[in-house]
Amino acid sequence: MDILINALEQMFTPATAAFAIAAIGLNFHFGLTGLLNMGQAGFMLLGMYGYAISVREGLPMWAALLVAMGAAILFGLLLGWPTLKLRGDYLAIVTIAASEIVRYVGRSNTLVDVTGGSLGIKGKDYKGPLEGLSPFADERITVGPFTYHGSASDSWWLRVVAWTLVALLLLAFWRLSNSPWGRVLKGIREDEDAVRSLGKNVYWYKMQALIIGGVIGALGGVIWAHGSAVVADAMGRPTTFWVWTILLLGGAATVLGPVVGSVVFWAALSLVRAVAKAFIPESILPSTAIEPFGLMLVGVALIVIVVFRPQGILGNKKELAFHA
Amino acid sequence: MPDTTVLDGVAHEPGVAKPDPILVADGIVRRFGGLTAVNVDHFEVQRNTITALIGPNGAGKSTFFNLLTSFDTAQEGAGTFDGMPLRKVAPHKVARKGMVRTFQLTKALEGMSVMENMRLGAQEQPGESLLKAFVPPLWSKREQEVTEQAHELLHRFKLYEKRDDSAGSLSGGQRKLLEMARALMSNPTMVMLDEPMAGVNPALTESLLEHIVELKNEGMTVLFVEHDMHMVRRISDWVAVMAQGQLIAEGPAGTVMQNKAVQDAYLGEHHDTDLSEDN
Repeated sequence: MDILINALEQMFTPATAAFAIAAIGLNFHFGLTGLLNMGQAGFMLLGMYGYAISVREGLPMWAALLVAMGAAILFGLLLGWPTLKLRGDYLAIVTIAASEIVRYVGRSNTLVDVTGGSLGIKGKDYKGPLEGLSPFADERITVGPFTYHGSASDSWWLRVVAWTLVALLLLAFWRLSNSPWGRVLKGIREDEDAVRSLGKNVYWYKMQALIIGGVIGALGGVIWAHGSAVVADAMGRPTTFWVWTILLLGGAATVLGPVVGSVVFWAALSLVRAVAKAFIPESILPSTAIEPFGLMLVGVALIVIVVFRPQGILGNKKELAFHA
Repeated sequence: MPDTTVLDGVAHEPGVAKPDPILVADGIVRRFGGLTAVNVDHFEVQRNTITALIGPNGAGKSTFFNLLTSFDTAQEGAGTFDGMPLRKVAPHKVARKGMVRTFQLTKALEGMSVMENMRLGAQEQPGESLLKAFVPPLWSKREQEVTEQAHELLHRFKLYEKRDDSAGSLSGGQRKLLEMARALMSNPTMVMLDEPMAGVNPALTESLLEHIVELKNEGMTVLFVEHDMHMVRRISDWVAVMAQGQLIAEGPAGTVMQNKAVQDAYLGEHHDTDLSEDN
């Protein structure tokens, strides 16, 4: 029973919402436009730094959000400018490298006064403004089987904010993907030269998609930072791959795919860990091996999706799927 | 109906000037490494005619075609389309000016429905701008017009019943038709067809030919690349022949087929083909 409640809790954590948001961003990149952004974690990390550093230096919350989004816009322009004219694979190579550069620069000792180096930025330096807006009591609140603090850190308030943001972004994605603008992006995903021959400025559309998805990724980073802390190493390559797993699991190019993917991904991960801990004897699977064991099963799950359901849980096989 | 006598006074020689050219190419040179793929001194396409660009395999037709549509950039030379210089102009700008093209390997957008393919061909849809896309009242009226135009074209190209199917489910010939219909959504002045008959069955070829003639009757100019002589003779007002990257002959189909240089160029691969007769 505890195992199930724990898995249920995992479905709605701020981290689950943060990954859903990052996957919505990636859905603009890959689902709509076919861009292979392998550095979504870099956008998230830039958003976290942009927001946390701005608040620490005394900027109001809205300005800090603008800084976070501005950082993602600049990063998108910088990456897209040389690569979006080339074939898709180049963007993948450049984004994976650039997001690693962001992480390494962030954790370097030289910038320890700005980014906090490898230790990062502590929650108390930047969580204040959002928590100050909380209408909930400043104490632990229990609803049904769930108990969280009202406003601080991993709180009810953060859950409300995070999932409201998810809902707004889903609405925006739905509106845009069903508009003529979204139609141009889908055309680019299918064949850019055809879209060019129809008089659309393909380069500019790809740039818009890259920036929008990146800005949404940065917002996901801001949410993630409020649920834990700003640490560069949390936003490495694995994070990008998790976002990809979530999007493909839920179904790329669908509206709800990123959310379903994130919820299922985190609940399944928690379930696998708990079950392994409860039923596999210590002599076969030591407790230190449970974490990697869970992730290994995630890898196996991804392979199974690709083989048996290449369009993801909600996806449409005719529109977008892995092709052999 | 278009004036069919307009090219009567034009000399039958490569690079000849036309009375009212819509497309002009000057001194176009395209090299790939050491190989000069295209080297055309001068070429004009008469407005509201059907011009065929023919030549043996490897003659540089498709490369020249890509240069004319700005999908490739020449090392030297430039063209003008309807008064607009084409040197280093992005292909989408050429398309907006009224020159649309199709592709040798048909580019139907397979993950999208036939209808969405068609709608994508339309110009001046305000909803294609990011901010306006959020506000449907700004673009739904135009969307309605576009949809009506698409229905008309789909009826004409006999794809109406397929309008909600994904383009990936169409046959090869139907994709060719879809690509042509989609190109017409922009109300172009010039249609560039890259091997429109390649890989299409005989029945569909007939209907494609009729559609091409129809384009001319509606006032458009057509330039198409083809190597099937039979098709070329049937519909073209003017034929330009390329070999080894150069323009070697121009004139009406009948005259061009008799041309010694053209026969020599084709002999290499079609030595047993009688070029002067339908076969």
